[in-house]
Order: sequence, then C-alpha cells, then structure tokens
Amino acid sequence: MADGIRIRLQQSGPIPLDATLDCAPGEVLALVGPSGSGKTSILRAIAGLLRARHGAIHCNGDCWFDGEAHVWVETRKRRVGYVFQNYALFPHLSALHNVMEAMLELPVAERERRARDVLARVRLAGLEHRVPATLSGGQQQRVAVARALAREPRVLLLDEPFSAVDRATRQRLYRELAELRRELAMPVILVTHDLDEAMMLADRISVLHQGRTLQSGDPYAVMTRPDTVEVAQLVGLRNVFRAGVVGHDTERKVTTIEWRGHRLEARLQPEFKVGQQVTWAIPPGHLVLHRRDRPSRGERENPVSGMVIEYLPMGENVALTVAVNGTERPPLFLTVPVHTARRNGITQGVEISVSLLAEGIHLMPADESRTPAKPEVK
Amino acid sequence: MDWTALNLSLKLAACTVLILLPLGIWAGHALAAHHFRGKAWVEALLALPLVLPPTVLGYYLLVMMGGASPIGQFYESVFGRPLVFSFEGLLLASVIFNIPFAIQPMQRGFEAIAPEVRDAAACSGLSRWRTLWRIELPLAWPGILSAVVLTFAHTLGEFGVVLMVGGSIPGETKTIAIAIYDRVQAFDTAGAGVMSAALLLISLIAIGAAYFTTSRIRTRRHG
Repeated sequence: MADGIRIRLQQSGPIPLDATLDCAPGEVLALVGPSGSGKTSILRAIAGLLRARHGAIHCNGDCWFDGEAHVWVETRKRRVGYVFQNYALFPHLSALHNVMEAMLELPVAERERRARDVLARVRLAGLEHRVPATLSGGQQQRVAVARALAREPRVLLLDEPFSAVDRATRQRLYRELAELRRELAMPVILVTHDLDEAMMLADRISVLHQGRTLQSGDPYAVMTRPDTVEVAQLVGLRNVFRAGVVGHDTERKVTTIEWRGHRLEARLQPEFKVGQQVTWAIPPGHLVLHRRDRPSRGERENPVSGMVIEYLPMGENVALTVAVNGTERPPLFLTVPVHTARRNGITQGVEISVSLLAEGIHLMPADESRTPAKPEVK
Repeated sequence: MDWTALNLSLKLAACTVLILLPLGIWAGHALAAHHFRGKAWVEALLALPLVLPPTVLGYYLLVMMGGASPIGQFYESVFGRPLVFSFEGLLLASVIFNIPFAIQPMQRGFEAIAPEVRDAAACSGLSRWRTLWRIELPLAWPGILSAVVLTFAHTLGEFGVVLMVGGSIPGETKTIAIAIYDRVQAFDTAGAGVMSAALLLISLIAIGAAYFTTSRIRTRRHG
C-alpha cells in the first residue's frame, strides 16, 4: 500500500525552492544545509503550511499538492506529525491533553487511554498532568513527539528537534529517537544543520542550498564523495584542492593525479579523462599522520610533507594547518589527538609528513563555484 | 442615591459588553490573523473614538440617528418612535464609542499567540472552530477579559456622548454619570459624592478583579 512520500517543489520567490525529494516508509531522510537554505520551508510545504508555486507532493499514492492541476489538500486533512523547532505545545493544556487534542477522531475514553500509551512510549508516564511550562526542555520535546505520533501520521516531520535542549539531554534524545524509529512505519523527514546529527540518525541525507537539493544519498557517501565542490563545502570538507588526471590503472583500480608535483594515487575514477583538470577532496578520516621517530604503517601511501603553520588546541584534539609546497597555496587541514601531537613533538614550525589514503581521494569536476552553472539535481 | 440611574448605567454597560464581546472576538481575531492592504486605515478608523472629543462623536451619532437620517427614519417606521433620546439609541452610541476598548485588547490577545501554535493545531487535525474554542480563546483570555472590563467601566463613566445622544430622561437615558452632574448643578454635593463614590468603587473592583485574574493566568502558564 505504501510507497512513501515524493516531493517536488519549485518557485522563484519569496523563498526560492527547487527541491526534489523522496522518502520511503520507515526511512529517515535528513535535510541538511546552512540556515536559510529552505529546509523548514520544505517541511512546511509538506505539511500544507506553505504553498509552493509549482511542483507536486504525493504521499502513499494520494496527491496532497499539484501546482499544475490545482490540487491542494489542507493541513488538517493531510495527517502529518510535525515536531516544531520550539515544539509549539499548547501552553494551557496538560501533556495528556496536548496529546489528546491530536486524536479527535477517537471516542473520548479511547482517546485518553491511547494518549497515556503514547506518553508512556516516550517515557513520560507520571507527568501526564503537567503543563508544558513545568516540564524540562527534553520533556517538552517528548510531549511534542508524542503529540506528533498520536494521530498515526502518514509522515513524521522533525524540524531541528534537538536544537532547544542542552548537550547532555540531546545525547539522550538521540538514543531515544534512534530506538523509537525502529518502531515507526512512516517516512520520517528530519531537518538539521548538524551533520553529525544527520550521520547518526538518518538513512539518507539530502544536501540543500538556497532551496535547491544538491545531492541525496547515503550519509557517509554524500559526506565523503560529494558530487560537486559546492556540496563538499556544505558538508564541511576542508581539504579541497585542484589537480590534473595523469592516468587510470584498471587492474590496480587506481587513478593517478598530479598535485603540486606529487603523484597521488586515488581510488579508480575512470569517468574523468586523462589530462583533465579536476578538484579533489579528502575526508579528515583519510589523513594519516606519520610518526616522526620511526616509520609507521601506510607510510608509502601518498606521502606528502609540509610545515605546521598553525597549531590550535581544541579540547582533546589539536587542529593543525600544514603548508604543503609553500605557504601561499591552500594548506592541508588535519586534526590529531593532543597526546599524539605531544608524543611526536609537533608544534608550530615543525615539518611533518602525512599519508593521503588513496581510498579517500575523491575527484570532482573542476571548481564550479567560479562558473555559475547550475549543478544537476540527483 | 439615584438607584434608577445606577441601574440604567449597569444595564447599558452589560448590554454593550454582550454586543461587543462576539463582535470584538471576530474582529480582533481577523485583524490579528490577516494582513491586507489598508489594514492600518481600518485600525485607525476603529481607534478613532479614543481620540475624538466625546462631543464631536456625539454630534455625528446624533446626526446619524436623527429623524432626518435613513437610520433614524427606518427605526421610527419600524418601532414607531425616534431612535435618539431612547435607550436603544444610547446603546448603539455606546457600542460605537466602545469599539476601540473592546477590539484592541482582544486583537493584542490573539496576536500574542505564537503562529506555530496555530500551525500545530492544524497539524493535529483541529478544525477552525475547535482551534478557536480550545486553543485561541483560552490563550487570548487575558485580552478578552481586559476588553470586557474596560468596555464595562468605560460605559459606566461615559458622559459627553451620552448627554449628546441620550439627553437626560430618567429611566431611559439618564445614566449615573449624568445624574451626578445634575446633582452638582442642583448644589446637592452630598448626593453627588455618594454616587461618585459608588461609581469609583464599582470601577475599581471591576478593573482590580481583571488584573488579578490575568496575572494569575500568566503565573500559571509561565511557571
């Protein structure tokens, strides 16, 4: 019966949108992007709180919106569960009544029983009669989740549901949501600007910028193998450089590129022609610092060396900025644990060498940000 | 103590509140929820009775309700007596000059509800009526209560407009404010004093009760 939700939205203003998304039943799709990238607008359009100029929204075979055929189903008839950023609980009603309001189609007695069940599911048993102002942030978030689930929604929409709670509570809520989602049979769309949150909770992510969906896919794949330089920047890859393709070795499954006089071996990516200029990126986990006192494992894999030009302690870790072949060129960024830095005697001005693991070197079309061509929506 | 005048004033205030309550809820809700061209002018028009001298307002109401106007003629043809210098005429005037006192606090009350709360009600499947009844009215309640009390107290105290359109007919249009004025004119300062004290007390109790109730609601909601 269910095929999930399919969304296509287009308009030039007042909020520009050019988004194509889909989410299967039971799947968690995270919309990530900087503030103002249109994430919340997309959720509002799904809920029927915002009407886009063009496009269509289909949920489990029902059409909720079709700009061309003038179809519009109003919010209350769509059956969406929506957890708002500030929860938007009814401040004058108890937790129980907040949840019961979302079950009006049930008879009163049944309503109360079910509402108590849902509250117990989000671990709020015993707090049913408290009004929102007397609950903690985390408890309010759970009431909001309970209210959203109470209607047995056909899609669950979560708008930055963890942004209003402190760090410790957030960690606990992550685990709870991860547990809860296993029981959920509807598509879940989570809006967040936090990539780690998306990695932890989502089956797929979709990267948005200025209302456009740039790339969707497996979180790890999107974050380590972005389609374009724009996506690479949005997912926080800092090591992005230009190079030329030297050759492909299909037997060894290796593509060789030339970067600042180094021949680097990368994972085989034959879609780029020999001689072509490309942009390449490497995720932080694929940079390996060599020990300075004795050779270490993997040292032969794409070794490069350079001078530490910035040493920035950040709690348990140290962020190193390394100039490779001259300080005027874009540096390499590397994060290592404090103890590793200490043991190796790393300070500002020291020469270090690093391996760039071939598996992590990802090629992209040459920097598009300089040519305003529109990237393909995948 | 002119009990007839006090009684008339209380009746006028109660009737004014009864008429303006639904009207104010409708208008306050509509003005809080919608943005349209010329909204500022509509709000200005509704606020006009606040700044106009009561005599000016009374003059226009008198002209509007008089025997020469369509409204006055229509009323006289249906009920067989003139609208001016009658309780009904006074009530109509009272409703008009109380419009800002009723609508503005209610509009502020509805505006104070976070838009996401309305969105959440729609997402929870509440109908428009249910949203109004279960969510918006309880949340806007302090504003509605202020509107009711202000309208009531203001009607008790209004003098200029009442004198212009009502005259001073005992039992029909002679309100307590007019009666006090009459007593002073007749050098009966003791009588004027008793009635003034009664009016002061009633107004103080009404406003005090409203303040007390709204502050209690706020403490309960915001912890």
